[in-house]
Amino acid sequence: MNGSATGESRAGAQWMMAAAGLLFCTLSRISLRNFGNLPWITAGVALVLVLAGLSLFARGNDRADGMASPVLFGLLMLWLWEMLVVGLHVPFVILPPPSAIALAIGHHLPMLWADFVQTVLHAVLAGYAMGCGSGFLLALAIDRSPFLQRGLTPLGNLISALPIIGIAPIMVMWFGFGWQSKAAVVVLMTVFPMLVNTRAGLASTDAMERDLMQTYAAGYWQTLRHLRLPVAMPMIFNALKLNATLALIGAVVAEFFGTPTRGMGFRISTEAARMNLDIVWATIVVAAVTGCAAFVLIAAIERVVTFWHPSIRGARRS
Amino acid sequence: MTKKALPVATVLVAVLILWYAAAVWLNAPQAEALMDPDQPHGLWAVAQACWSMDRPVLPAPDQIASALIYSVFGFPLSSPRNLLLQAGYTAETTVIGLFFGLILGILLAIGIVHIRTLDRSVMPWVIASQTVPVLAIAPMLVVALGAMGVTGLVPKAAIVAYLTFFPVTVGMVKGFRTPDPLQLDLMHTYSAGEMTIFAKLRWPSAMAFLFPSLKVAVALAVTGAIVAEMPTGAQVGLGARLLAGSYYGQTMMMWSALVMASLLALAGLLAVTLLERGVILLRGGRL
Amino acid sequence: MDASNPLAGAAVVAENLSIRFGTGDAATLALSDIDLTIGQGDFVSLIGPSGCGKTTLLRAIADLVQPSSGLLRVNGMTPEAARLARAYGYVFQAPALLPWRSVARNVTLPLEIAGMGRAERQAEAERNLALVGLADFARKFPWQLSGGMQQRVSIARALSFKPSLLLMDEPFGALDEITRDGLNLHLHELWASSGLTGVFVTHSIPEAVFLSTHIVVMSLRPGRVVEVIESALPRLRRLEDRETPEFLALSHRVRAALYDGHGHG
Repeated sequence: MNGSATGESRAGAQWMMAAAGLLFCTLSRISLRNFGNLPWITAGVALVLVLAGLSLFARGNDRADGMASPVLFGLLMLWLWEMLVVGLHVPFVILPPPSAIALAIGHHLPMLWADFVQTVLHAVLAGYAMGCGSGFLLALAIDRSPFLQRGLTPLGNLISALPIIGIAPIMVMWFGFGWQSKAAVVVLMTVFPMLVNTRAGLASTDAMERDLMQTYAAGYWQTLRHLRLPVAMPMIFNALKLNATLALIGAVVAEFFGTPTRGMGFRISTEAARMNLDIVWATIVVAAVTGCAAFVLIAAIERVVTFWHPSIRGARRS
Repeated sequence: MTKKALPVATVLVAVLILWYAAAVWLNAPQAEALMDPDQPHGLWAVAQACWSMDRPVLPAPDQIASALIYSVFGFPLSSPRNLLLQAGYTAETTVIGLFFGLILGILLAIGIVHIRTLDRSVMPWVIASQTVPVLAIAPMLVVALGAMGVTGLVPKAAIVAYLTFFPVTVGMVKGFRTPDPLQLDLMHTYSAGEMTIFAKLRWPSAMAFLFPSLKVAVALAVTGAIVAEMPTGAQVGLGARLLAGSYYGQTMMMWSALVMASLLALAGLLAVTLLERGVILLRGGRL
Repeated sequence: MDASNPLAGAAVVAENLSIRFGTGDAATLALSDIDLTIGQGDFVSLIGPSGCGKTTLLRAIADLVQPSSGLLRVNGMTPEAARLARAYGYVFQAPALLPWRSVARNVTLPLEIAGMGRAERQAEAERNLALVGLADFARKFPWQLSGGMQQRVSIARALSFKPSLLLMDEPFGALDEITRDGLNLHLHELWASSGLTGVFVTHSIPEAVFLSTHIVVMSLRPGRVVEVIESALPRLRRLEDRETPEFLALSHRVRAALYDGHGHG
């Protein structure tokens, strides 16, 4: 943006601001116990410094700047949360400070792992694979019947907008308290978004590309393999990403309706009722990290599979 | 429209036929157990028994319809057993939460588009928040706010607002950024300020993005409202009815609440679509 | 039009060819009573105002639209049989390259569909890319190439089946003048050295005159052939020839025929 000299001095200044800000954050947290007004003064300084660092980072253009801004912002939010909850003596049952949540994660690691296995590795994975798989296959199955497409696509769109999650108690009644009933909910929640997106993707070839395949006298399967499936990939990945979140929500909420004594939804609802909010938050952290990790993983696969797509090409170039 | 009507109707009829068949298949073991073993009974009698059980595994569509009608018209509107009243509670939560989610989402989008710091530091978190199963927070929020003495509508509406702000923010940020550099340059040649550019260019171009986001938000809002009604604290609304039905094994109660919830979501979608049509009409045929 | 050599089987024959779009009152007549013969080894440009049906005629030859009446033969076969026999290559207005395939794999796509073995395909692709001067870009992806290079790849791809007939629909319309000149020369040399038959749709008079042995001037609504102008220019041409009096005279004749046709419409 500016000359290189100002650019360098700005780079130095932003890191110093951020570092000093975080240092003051730590000081204010330590002094929070019994030092009168000191914590609030250091907190004020810290806030100003971090915000100044943030705005400096936001002006930068390189990759480090792009990463630093959200990371710094996240740290700032965590710290503000900690300071406000501890400083204002917010009751534990309303909002535990992040430090307490971190402690809870440390203390209950085996339990959280067992919940994770029950909910994510069993219910979500099985349901997600079956839901996405059958949505995709259904889209292919009706591909050669325009009549079925016209009938199923609007219905699929409509059903995607319905609160399918409400079917959870019925699935629990049908398939029992185990993970199978949760997987069934996940299947129902993910199949229609996949169907609709795959259909839209398969239909998104342009006229010239279809003519091209016709001049090659290409058959149905050849056109599908060489043209329509690759073109549909970005839409299919959209559905995969959307469904990852839906699957987690479906499995967790379905556990509110009955489950063996483990699982993330079970943990959240029972510990919330017992006012053990730190464990609830610890479970939510696990769910959040799971959701983000799934998203990042799918996005990484997408970058490999659809490397040619303008949105990914563009991101690479910058 | 007419091109779609026949295929959609055909698929619906097929679904209904399959549904009745599935009801026989799933209910037959229990239905036969209930029938008099001495009396010989044909297949049709078994089927009829399957379609009219009190607590079927899968109720027949007409059973659900009549249960729905009974739960709406069988009780006075003030009775808590009236499903329309319960749907009203859920609708109230949905609408209020949606309203605040919309305001929050639009304000955040305006901030992100105009303030670079916000764009760089907040936008990644907004996107990350989409990947988090936020609905899981619902019971905790209800309990936490309940501990502060806040009960009833507010915690539920807060959950709905939290769920709905996201699609609105993402859609509106995209929308506010659609004006191309040429159009922005044009505004600059008129020496228009940011406010004018927003009012004359950004806001009108964002309309095409508002309605799709709003449709997603409505679907999320109804889901959110129902889940928010499920924790033990809540006694009213369709979510509470679902939970109660699940506790007492009342199949018909669950199915009618589920259908009512779907109708509510459809009504919301219809409202947004009508609003969209209205705006399109005002703007001479297109967004 | 190849009357001097009646023994050569014509590449394309159209007799009383009409093409109608839509039905009933909404029907429009895109092509009306086209009579045209394109001899083997000719390079024929179809020129005319927008909407005169020149692209429709090309698409009919390629079996992408069906004639409503009349007769159309490609290498003595019906257009469909010619398409199934992979008798022609088609170059579109845009490169229409598949972005997920490398340049080489785009060129081999038609051969892959035809079921040719991998080694054979690769040799063919190398040969065709060399013909359009892009041998060094085989491993690149289409979106890493300039517009002119992309269109050259699509020409190489159209040559894949070793067709005797190359159909081109305004292939250079979207390119800048200088790139266009270069590609015109390239195409001309390719044609002159290979014995291909070319059918070329264009808006540009200089382009048509430079490339063609015959120029078919068409008129608007309904699309019909106004005049077929045979070029007296030497078979092999250079870009500088565009300044010669003969070239300019021929250009003038084409322009006059175009305005004539416009008067009818």
